[in-house]
Amino acid sequence: MPTLAPPPPETRVGYDLDAVRAKFPAGSITTQEGAPWPTWIVRREILVDLARELRDNPATRLDLFVDLFGVDYPDRAERFEVVYNLYSLPFHARLFLKVAVREDDAVVPSLVKIWKGVDWFERELYDMFGLHVEGHPHLRRILCHEGFQGHPLRKDYDAARRWILTEDKIYKPHFDLPDGEDDLFERMTINIGPSHPAMHGTFRLMAVLDGETIIASDIEIGYLHRCFEKMAETHNWQQVIPYTDRLNYCSAFINNVGYCKTVEKMLGVEAPPKAVWARTILSEFSRIMDHCVCNGTTLVDAGALTNFWYMFQIREEIYGLLESVCGARLTVSACRIGGLIQNLPPDFEARCRTLLTMIPPFIKDVEDLVDKNRIWLDRSVGIASITGAEAVNWGWTGPCLRASGVAYDVRKAYPYDLYDTVEWEVPVLYGGDVYDRYRIRMLEIRQSLSIIRQLLDRGMPEGPHIVDDPHVALPSKDACYNQMEAMIYHFKLIMDGIQVPAGEAYTMVEGANGELGFYAISDGTGKPYRLHCRPPCFPIFSTFPQLINGGSLSDSIVSLGGLNVIAGELER
Amino acid sequence: MSQPIAQTTTPVAGPHPTETRPYRQSLYEKSYLPLLGGMLVTIRHFFKNIFGLNKSYTIEYPEERRDYSHRFRGHHILTTRPDGSVRCVACFLCAQNCPAECIHIEAGEHPDVNIEKYPVVYEIDMLRCVFCGYCVDACPEEAIIMSNNYDMAYFTRDQSIVGKSDLMKPYTFDENLLGYRPSFPEEDVKRAQMRRGAFDLVAAAKQAQANGG
Repeated sequence: MPTLAPPPPETRVGYDLDAVRAKFPAGSITTQEGAPWPTWIVRREILVDLARELRDNPATRLDLFVDLFGVDYPDRAERFEVVYNLYSLPFHARLFLKVAVREDDAVVPSLVKIWKGVDWFERELYDMFGLHVEGHPHLRRILCHEGFQGHPLRKDYDAARRWILTEDKIYKPHFDLPDGEDDLFERMTINIGPSHPAMHGTFRLMAVLDGETIIASDIEIGYLHRCFEKMAETHNWQQVIPYTDRLNYCSAFINNVGYCKTVEKMLGVEAPPKAVWARTILSEFSRIMDHCVCNGTTLVDAGALTNFWYMFQIREEIYGLLESVCGARLTVSACRIGGLIQNLPPDFEARCRTLLTMIPPFIKDVEDLVDKNRIWLDRSVGIASITGAEAVNWGWTGPCLRASGVAYDVRKAYPYDLYDTVEWEVPVLYGGDVYDRYRIRMLEIRQSLSIIRQLLDRGMPEGPHIVDDPHVALPSKDACYNQMEAMIYHFKLIMDGIQVPAGEAYTMVEGANGELGFYAISDGTGKPYRLHCRPPCFPIFSTFPQLINGGSLSDSIVSLGGLNVIAGELER
Repeated sequence: MSQPIAQTTTPVAGPHPTETRPYRQSLYEKSYLPLLGGMLVTIRHFFKNIFGLNKSYTIEYPEERRDYSHRFRGHHILTTRPDGSVRCVACFLCAQNCPAECIHIEAGEHPDVNIEKYPVVYEIDMLRCVFCGYCVDACPEEAIIMSNNYDMAYFTRDQSIVGKSDLMKPYTFDENLLGYRPSFPEEDVKRAQMRRGAFDLVAAAKQAQANGG
């Protein structure tokens, strides 16, 4: 299986996994051969100590907790495998840890004390696989409701089963609070959402108010859970693409790219230059669109409606471009494994150029309106602020992390498509608050425009829009109608799906709100054995109660908008 | 802008910031004066809108309709042969390729001996359909294509299951109203047109109408 090119060596001086390995008894850590990334198979007993050592040892400093998920292998003696995905920001290195547990002893230790961001991931592990996480402070279901029985991502769970949530089982939060000193005001617990316009999706916020100040809060998610990962296991590889559209639906194209790149890596095929070129351009347009939606709606939450119209005009035009490429505006399904859905329309470059001249005036209008506007500054500066070190510990990625002063961008760290051939910068701000999250998106829009302009100047590469491989891409319709061989390939591809060789791969792209990764495992049957999506806003949103506690209720609404949490991706 | 933008090609090697440095308002910003600049922006837009210099993004639907490309993935069409019968041969590839599992086909034997099968029942559940166009990709007969008709509204769920007669209705067979269709490489288009008349849907529709279909 091909692996990504090694990162630039100068950033890895001093990175030494063996220094950590030597501290643990021989045999407790084995390196998995042939894995797409450096992977250790670890015995459960040493996991907590190892994780702490990996984070703190100056030779590794794997400080960013990226991902955690389980895999079910019913035929193995150790049925469940838990995969941890760690990243070292200082050394720019990645390490996967795998822990296998038996079904009759399905317990893994909790890493919550080492990385706070692991909290929700461990709850998801319990919810989806029924693995008990020892030492977790509040282990309960997260995506499925309390009336749910069984664990849906186990292989023996029937995807068609339905469970009803009765009223007595609805989760009621319990806040353990000391008595207030001031008896003049009564404390009030209020519930916002899941269907509330300020909740931008379907989140439920329960907050205890003392006057107007939130003194404790809890959030509940799962109202938009669509079993993306289970559904992927019941469909063939190509059919998963429309499902990925619905993850982050504000920038569906980036999800398509991320998923297709993962499968292409497993297949060992590469998209032709024209498709790569168009993917880069359309990804950047999708990013602009996503940032516009996020900033526009955040400003609406603060009461500034005008910006919303200006921002949404940009979005409307970009939708027009996407529609002319693939025929849909929101759920584009514009990528195919090995290329694009169709050849680019003849006016593609002209349309992109029109957009390049049309977007900057709107951005400037919004900046003129709010950048130095005292009302917006008072509402956003210092609100929901988080330091870079804290954000890393919570597993943040994307613009929110860069607004806290940590320059991690997948497009620079692991360049894919054409990002290493164009000149652009990673903007970083140090405020870590709502205002800097807004600013960083505005700056990124300008960087994206610069990337698109450079690529357009280079000109559209000649050639096909999809690989010429009958085992991956459907033959052209003309060939299919007139040649027996192409007709047979057409039928084979539709009936059996793409035959992805057995193995596993993890590929990440820079989504509009962070590192969007897909971990795919194939057993060679034509369907994904396991497909895990690493949702960037999942760890970000788990921080939300900490961000809003102590602030006022109206600030919590602005904070939520600034985080750019997309329910479709959060809950998959 | 008051804060520096760091240009980084590699991740930062130093420790992560342990304190935030929020934006500091200048005296000028505290004076509320920049709001006047914002007012100028809205006033400019106001007059541009009044005199029709700005493009209006709202349309008076349904009198006015949005102009979509010829790739739009809208309501499906079952294409017909020149005699008005359905072109589909009930091979089930579209139903197999559908990620939403919304196509239901029952096959029957065709009276014409040259054609093996035809669909007795061909139903698409429009509420399940996600309009991904995979059925069009899968069709080896160019029997199912999409129009750019996007207004589908139903009073009951039963109405949303659209049968063969509604899908064959040639009401969108105006060339300008066709949507996502099979893509031929450009050099093959002419050859394909000449050989099969495959793109001649308008003629087929007119004949179907003349036959009372």
